Amino acid sequence: MLAREMTPSPAVAPETRGLAQDEPVEARWLRRHSGLVRFTHWVNALCFIFLLMSGLQIFNAHPALYVGAQSEFEHPTISITAKRADHGIKGETMIFGHAIDTTGVLGVSTTGGQVTPRAFPSWSTIPSYQDLATGRLWHFFFAWMLVLNGLAYLVFGFASRHFRRDLLPSTAELRHIGADIVAHLRLRFPRGEAAKRYNVLQQLAYLAVVFVLFPLVVLTGLTMSPGIDTAVPQLLSLFGGRQTARLIHFLATCGLVTFVIVHLAMVLVSGVWNNIRSMVTGWYDLRTEPR
Amino acid sequence: MRNVSMKPKAPHRRGFLSAALSFFALSLSACDRLSSEPRARSVLDAASSLSYRVQRLLLGAHRLAPEYGETDISPVFRANGSTDPQDDEYLDLADREFADWKLKVDGLVEHELSLSLDDLRALPARTQITRHDCVEGWSCIGKWTGVPLAEILSRAGVKSQARYVVFHCADTLNDGSLGDDPESIRYYESIDLADAAHPQTILAYEMNGKKLDIAHGAPLRLRLERQLGYKMAKYVMRIELVRSFAGLHGGKGGYWEDRGYEWYAGI
Repeated sequence: MLAREMTPSPAVAPETRGLAQDEPVEARWLRRHSGLVRFTHWVNALCFIFLLMSGLQIFNAHPALYVGAQSEFEHPTISITAKRADHGIKGETMIFGHAIDTTGVLGVSTTGGQVTPRAFPSWSTIPSYQDLATGRLWHFFFAWMLVLNGLAYLVFGFASRHFRRDLLPSTAELRHIGADIVAHLRLRFPRGEAAKRYNVLQQLAYLAVVFVLFPLVVLTGLTMSPGIDTAVPQLLSLFGGRQTARLIHFLATCGLVTFVIVHLAMVLVSGVWNNIRSMVTGWYDLRTEPR
Repeated sequence: MRNVSMKPKAPHRRGFLSAALSFFALSLSACDRLSSEPRARSVLDAASSLSYRVQRLLLGAHRLAPEYGETDISPVFRANGSTDPQDDEYLDLADREFADWKLKVDGLVEHELSLSLDDLRALPARTQITRHDCVEGWSCIGKWTGVPLAEILSRAGVKSQARYVVFHCADTLNDGSLGDDPESIRYYESIDLADAAHPQTILAYEMNGKKLDIAHGAPLRLRLERQLGYKMAKYVMRIELVRSFAGLHGGKGGYWEDRGYEWYAGI
């Protein structure tokens, strides 16, 4: 619910108290995000952290990914393993046949002062120790929460025209994408009137996350379930087999992590408190100079 | 100039960063503590009973798991869990190629059964090429031949109080987590009657056209194609019909279930 200007309420804009309702006021406060968007945003953020870290725990149980219906153990597409080295062990990440030494983080890392063979390090997994059963408990609990939360968001987004009004870029906006990219790279962000709407790069990033990456990660997650494969075998044809689905699940997660990193960086450089306030309370200060 | 203007900010930022890192570390250790807290686990486990109910609704009674072609069969089918049981009773049976082995069917049944491999081979058989999904994440495809569990249960006559089928196995598998008590380290599994009646739920004595080998569960193993590998008990010795599995071993209905894994493994 972007761009709904409100007459400043006394609580948030004390300096405008006493003005008549119909007097023209240069609106300072914009109610940027609706309650449902704010609520689902934070629930989603919480779910994502738990799903990511319990997902890495699950990955660690068999740290290799394949293409197809089954696992060709000798030829993983991606794998993170510990290998014998001249001095002890080294961590090796294989991606499409290229080996990268990732000792310290991937393959081999230090857990409680001990050098341990472990795909993802203990600080990145839930629980921090190796425990597939418990990782699955966390993962499926938050998977249900993510799906229910996501469905509420989708229903609201279509019904309230939030997607059409706020996320769908106009052709004019799309034509200006080059200028927007340059402005972003120079860390110049829209202010005043232009800050009332998401810019086109935001719109495209959010559309990709909402309509591509999250659906992909949920559907490939479901495809890994032998029960769901029985109920909806079309999922297997759609993703090219259970192991490919597991690979896509991992890659889509990498995409989401990349999004989160860029998203957090943009929040930081484009006025961190104003951004956080607007996602918590809904109110965005149009006068704040981005810092 | 620049240094001077940055100076007051730097400690503040470092303070924020280290506060964020401590918060992260604290949250992580809180998750670890919750992970072993029975009440927290039962909250998380609510999602697993929800999955069970929703999948049962979606699956219906007779929907078949995807079947594959001969060319899809994995050249190497990974064997997991016990692959070479060293239990005396099992070694004796294996020595004589399971000629003296008998499958016992008891518990809440009208007629207790004791069936040799020849008896089982004389019953109607089903062959299926299916994908085996391990809880660890990998999959292999194999061809299985065996007798549908429903054939055996209909001969035994399931009493109306029975709700679960328990598979007692010949192998002990000690992962060290529950001590050395022979009761707690003997493999077992259980399934509900809906899965027991499913056409693809078979007791397999052949794999890829050959006699089932020891690594994959000789002489007889369960195939339960709509769930994960750990449900598919190998080295099956006895089938027991029960009303509840609460009194068996750790009370959770299976070896891995007693160690924290979900009883319903359709996901």
